[in-house]
Amino acid sequence: MNKIPNRQAICETLMAHAKEDRHIYALCSDSRGSASMTPFFNAFPEQSIEVGIAEQNLVSIAAGMAHCGEKPYCFSPACFISTRSYEQAKVDVAYSNTNVKLIGISGGISYGELGMSHHSAQDIAAMSAIPNMRVYLPSDRFQTAKLIESLLQDEKPAYVRVGRNPVEDIYSETDCPFEMDRATIHGNLEAENDVAIIACGEMVRPALEAAKILQEKGIKAVVADMYCVKPLDQETVVKAAKSAKLVITVEEHAPYGGMGSAVAVTVGANCPKKVITMALPDDHVITGKSAAVFDYYGLNGEGIAKKAVEELK
Amino acid sequence: MKKQEFDAKALTVRSLELRKVVLDMIMKSGGGHIGGDFSVMDTLVTLYFDQMNVSPENQDDPDRDYFIMSKGHSVESYYAVLAAKGFFETETVVNEFSQFGSRFIGHPNNELPGIEMNSGSLGHGLPVSVGMALACRKENRASRVYTVMGDGEVAEGSVWEGFMAAGHYKLANLCAVVDRNRLQISGTTEQVMTHENLHAQIESFGWNVIETDGNDIAKLHEAFEQAKTVTDRPTCIIANTIKGYGGGEIMENKAAWHHHVPNQEEYDQIVKALEAKKEGVLHE
Repeated sequence: MNKIPNRQAICETLMAHAKEDRHIYALCSDSRGSASMTPFFNAFPEQSIEVGIAEQNLVSIAAGMAHCGEKPYCFSPACFISTRSYEQAKVDVAYSNTNVKLIGISGGISYGELGMSHHSAQDIAAMSAIPNMRVYLPSDRFQTAKLIESLLQDEKPAYVRVGRNPVEDIYSETDCPFEMDRATIHGNLEAENDVAIIACGEMVRPALEAAKILQEKGIKAVVADMYCVKPLDQETVVKAAKSAKLVITVEEHAPYGGMGSAVAVTVGANCPKKVITMALPDDHVITGKSAAVFDYYGLNGEGIAKKAVEELK
Repeated sequence: MKKQEFDAKALTVRSLELRKVVLDMIMKSGGGHIGGDFSVMDTLVTLYFDQMNVSPENQDDPDRDYFIMSKGHSVESYYAVLAAKGFFETETVVNEFSQFGSRFIGHPNNELPGIEMNSGSLGHGLPVSVGMALACRKENRASRVYTVMGDGEVAEGSVWEGFMAAGHYKLANLCAVVDRNRLQISGTTEQVMTHENLHAQIESFGWNVIETDGNDIAKLHEAFEQAKTVTDRPTCIIANTIKGYGGGEIMENKAAWHHHVPNQEEYDQIVKALEAKKEGVLHE
């Protein structure tokens, strides 16, 4: 079992580049520990900014720094950075078009038992609704590193959500196909599939498990790792939908305005097919560690496979 | 950039003339925030024509001075000053302000030359300025960073996050101005949310605070010069102003003129008041 959370992969990637590029900055809101950014702060004190528990300040300060030529990465729990500083993200980052990268850590229901104040099941909807804001939910540590490498090369706003806990590897050091803003396909898009499962973030792993279970039952599934929620890889969505009888989306998010909604809109407009969106409920999420919560709501391999079988009947 | 000799009289005349541009903008578009425009105009004129190293020629130079119009609703005065500074034509902004499809939106946006950051939602300018000042210090630039807030605006919590961080980081290259006209849309600032202790409050966040007459360009000049001599703290200038200043009795110090659009009769009266004031300055 992998012990490195995606947030640590971000820290390591940024540290590898900060040495050569003194314009890379990490900004934290008393969150360097939970962001796994303490090594960065220790190694690059001149490129680290602490703002205290003040997420609005965090984002506005980053925007001001970016406007003056720096490359700030803001780290704060996804629940706070996506909503407490929502207006700063909208006005100072996206509208003013500053090169700020917002990193939502401990995203989704990572903080399970801490309750709804600490859950970010609205961040995809909120951030996606802002013009000029991109939204990414990488699935494992290798993809996270590739994504950050890519974000370091551009000068546009972006929001990245990662979870708190280590997730099992999907890719590897030597095998991590990655193209910016293109989903990674597991299976065959050109074949005739029964079901296309489109997932993002920590839900990619259970989606792959579901595909395996379905295969054993003789049901053909293709899985798209849609880490790029916005801009959505529409071409892949359409191809996947066309290749299958049924589309299932899986995400660690509220049922409204997330990746599933975006997929449903795309499928509806281009190649109408049944789209089932699997997500957290429109309710306070039950108390528990995230793995137990996912199991409870059927957001695991078995649950997704079961849903596919039911819907294909 | 060669520094022009400070001429309070010439700048005061210019400031009165630019209020007329604001008035025309608002008459033509049928909307705007004239009261705050008139109160803040002297601050903007002092910054752009006396203090700041920024012009169309050096607007991309990283070593320029930076300005954020945090009280973005006073955009008409900002546009008038930027036009006078040569960033765009005065005639264009008067004709196009708030018209359908116009670039001259009712709050500042940085697709226009001369505007650093978009504003309009209050309480953003100071924290963004903190980021700019931090970056300029990191880059060893001589740049100074200025922002102008309204006094109603300081009720926003994010303003105090900005005060706190600027004090913590001792950003001596940052100068904030509070346009203290004591009126906001619902009434006096003291009725709406009191700021009687503003001076002490800001000071307690580790700032150098200067109170001055914000409708007296000579005094503003003095305050900005003093701010530059402070090397261990940011400076906040509380510019005591009169809302609607220069527009005469009908609009000065009246909350209703926060965003009132004058009718023709009122327009004529304001033009007359501005002219009279200008004559007075010229013959001092």
